[in-house]
Amino acid sequence: MTLTQTKTEYEVVIGLEVHAQLKTKTKIFCNCPVDFGAEPNTNVCPVCLGMPGVLPVLNKQVVAYAIKTGLALGCEIVKHCKFDRKQYFYPDLPKNYQISQYDQPICSNGFLDVNGKKIGIQRIHMEEDAGKLVHAGSDRLHGSDYSLVDYNRTGTPLLEIVSLPDIRSIEEARDYAQLLRSILRYLDVCDGNLEEGSMRCDVNVSLRPVGSSILGTRSEIKNVNSFKSLVRAIEAEIERQTEILNSGGKVIQETRLFEENSGKTVSMRSKEEAHDYRYFPEPDLVPLEISKEWINEIKETIPELPHNKKIRYPKDYGLNSDDIKVLIEDRNMAEYYEAVIRLGANPKKAANWLIGPVTAYLKEHKTDIINSCMTPVQLADLLVFIEKGIINDNIAKAEILGEILSNGTNAKEIIEQKGLAQITDEGALKQAVKEVLDQNPEQLKQLKEGKEKVRGFFVGQVMKKTDGKASPNIVNKLIDEFLK
Amino acid sequence: MITKEQVEHVAKLARLSLTGEEIDLYSKQLSKILDYIDQLNEVNTKGVEPMTQPIPTVNVMREDLVKKQFARDEILKNAPHEEYGFFRVPKIGE
Repeated sequence: MTLTQTKTEYEVVIGLEVHAQLKTKTKIFCNCPVDFGAEPNTNVCPVCLGMPGVLPVLNKQVVAYAIKTGLALGCEIVKHCKFDRKQYFYPDLPKNYQISQYDQPICSNGFLDVNGKKIGIQRIHMEEDAGKLVHAGSDRLHGSDYSLVDYNRTGTPLLEIVSLPDIRSIEEARDYAQLLRSILRYLDVCDGNLEEGSMRCDVNVSLRPVGSSILGTRSEIKNVNSFKSLVRAIEAEIERQTEILNSGGKVIQETRLFEENSGKTVSMRSKEEAHDYRYFPEPDLVPLEISKEWINEIKETIPELPHNKKIRYPKDYGLNSDDIKVLIEDRNMAEYYEAVIRLGANPKKAANWLIGPVTAYLKEHKTDIINSCMTPVQLADLLVFIEKGIINDNIAKAEILGEILSNGTNAKEIIEQKGLAQITDEGALKQAVKEVLDQNPEQLKQLKEGKEKVRGFFVGQVMKKTDGKASPNIVNKLIDEFLK
Repeated sequence: MITKEQVEHVAKLARLSLTGEEIDLYSKQLSKILDYIDQLNEVNTKGVEPMTQPIPTVNVMREDLVKKQFARDEILKNAPHEEYGFFRVPKIGE
């Protein structure tokens, strides 16, 4: 899809609020498991259901993940903070309040470097997720006067990551969200699945005349379930606000819902009225004091992040930006690549193999590099066999790679078992080359006239005769000799 | 002074249905409570950190270990209405 440009007379100002579900084993304030596929209401207890008299106890891992994320996003980590109650009535929230952090977020004042521009991170705070409503409208409930609630998700730990309104284009918003997702995945704190809701984006959009430094009235868009929807939702909202402003109207501050089918945003105002959460400190939890030692300990666990790899890879490996984008998207792939390089493989060749045939295989078999059977050593070995001319590229791709990936068999064994070693013996190939040249006088004439394209035809014919095992280098050399 | 409108607003937020008499009574009572609280403002708290929790403890945390204790049937016994293993509630939104 193409991205439409903002109308020239207005500049778009965007801020993103991202909710990231943390990959903890248990909920934020109780021992219930976090398990998304479970039967409704099987992972609940009196604490997450808000029964009278129960006490929440904070999950230490949630705090550690929050600190880890804050450090990776260049935030200050607060020394002392607390939790607060945010009160509202909605049936997915059994306590009638959400435990969140109001005026003392655990992390603040960070940034994300998006294509060389710093997008400010205003704050990151910890909170609990709500349950899931099954609305009437699903067939079974059509026409019913009630809703059903599954509280399994209630109490799942969330980080809310709030950017400053520093984003100035749709592309920048998408790049910010994609980079943030990538970082959360590198940190292994969130699996970043927008479709399944483990990462959710709310988008604040406003317009202002170009050159103005005053922020216009914003609307907040919810229900953005993919990066594609993010782009479409902002496009639709820019269009809507532009029309309002051009016709002399005023944008109202409100929450709007992105509708996937119509590609439009619709007002949710009715539900959102009386935005008065009456926050107060959560009396059931004691404050947090975060020591320097703990922060340093967590700092040690942060891997090299994708935006750093993006800067380092061209220098260290001489790769182009498209290749780098593919390699660093997934941390396992990037670290696999680096391991192969450490084993002495040629950086460009290793990248081509991983991006090309390896990725194709992984996609086809719906798996990923970490779950394949091929170790970095095995890929490095395979590349050595190719480099030494023991096998050629095509044989390696067609006959060997799939077996290593699926069975973990060493390339050496496969080559021996299947007799795949390249024919590099000039004597053995000479006859084949001669035959092919003799049998195709027309093409030979063309080649002699300097039509180098025809050379590929001859190499192909020799390959056919030798079951693909001829060394292309030697075949070329022999053709040259015959032409002399 | 807490106005009747403020009482009505807070009652609405808390989903409380109040009679006119109750609104009158609560606006007076709440005003008195706030007057009393105002006395605290006379104390000089310069340089004193606001206290959010009277218990002199910090960092009460648990390890991230699963402990499953409750069967769904047991849990749903507390639901006024249940259906298909869900809690049943009045219809919400569209």
